[in-house]
Amino acid sequence: MKALKFLFTGIFFGIVLTKSQAISWYRIVEMFRFESFHMYGIIGSAVVTGVILIQLSKKLKLKTTEGDLISLPQKAKKYKSALLGGTIFGLGWALAGACPGPMFILLGAGYYSIAIVLVSSIVGTFIYGLVADRLP
Amino acid sequence: MDYILNPWPWYITGPLIAIVMFLLVSFGKTFGMSSNLRTICSIGGAGKYASFFDFNWKEQQWNLWVAVGSIIGGFIAVHFLSNSNPIDINPSTIEVLSSYGFNGPEANLAPAELYSFEALKNPFNLFLLVIGGIFIGFGTRYAGGCTSGHAITGLSNLQLPSLVAVIGFFIGGLLMTHILFPLIFL
Repeated sequence: MKALKFLFTGIFFGIVLTKSQAISWYRIVEMFRFESFHMYGIIGSAVVTGVILIQLSKKLKLKTTEGDLISLPQKAKKYKSALLGGTIFGLGWALAGACPGPMFILLGAGYYSIAIVLVSSIVGTFIYGLVADRLP
Repeated sequence: MDYILNPWPWYITGPLIAIVMFLLVSFGKTFGMSSNLRTICSIGGAGKYASFFDFNWKEQQWNLWVAVGSIIGGFIAVHFLSNSNPIDINPSTIEVLSSYGFNGPEANLAPAELYSFEALKNPFNLFLLVIGGIFIGFGTRYAGGCTSGHAITGLSNLQLPSLVAVIGFFIGGLLMTHILFPLIFL
């Protein structure tokens, strides 16, 4: 039963992202060509809302359903890997026109060949795990 | 009903995405779709090959449910909450894409020229999707997150590494769209 709330959150996420068109290959190209405000509006308004929600719940000392204070994990201060990894991901994002969330959503939306991208991204993650210790 | 069936504007969907993030945080979890790729590796036995995958994946099961849900959500949105109006892409984007051999989007979310089964008979297109996927999987783990983990969650929590990662996303995306696209598709 615990799984249900996560399942429903995922369903909601899939609907919102599809209806926002953020899972569209064309929208991603358009964004990187700076020819529409659409994607910037989505990401920007999500971040502004997110900052407000997180800061407010810290101020109000809101608790999670597990009873702990609401907090988010600190991201590791690995700036070099954030930049290098981010760049590699950006190349893939623009080419395939999908980031990890939309890969799953597009599968449900009936674009079955996205499975090739999804399986390849699992392979890419595996390759990272193999060489992680040797990367800058 | 048109409000539901037409595309939803950015100022509605952006805040709704933040609410997805906040829901997961309020369940004591966090929003990060690319972590599922690591979990899937671990389930497949990758822990035998690299310690990076040697963790208790059962603790990450909740996130797989989010992924399963998002597949269902995509299905519901396309079949019950959409009309077949063409996607409103900037004509200058469409013009450049047509010079690369891509027709306009119509109501399609992904281009048939790359994603249709017909297109995949061409090994080069298959190669592009495989490379794209490998870069996505390798890059997100190297960077420590993707659009959901870094751009939405990390920036919402004012994390500097996330800002650096998002700058990286754009360096990569701009390189691909402006420098590599003409080389690949022209």
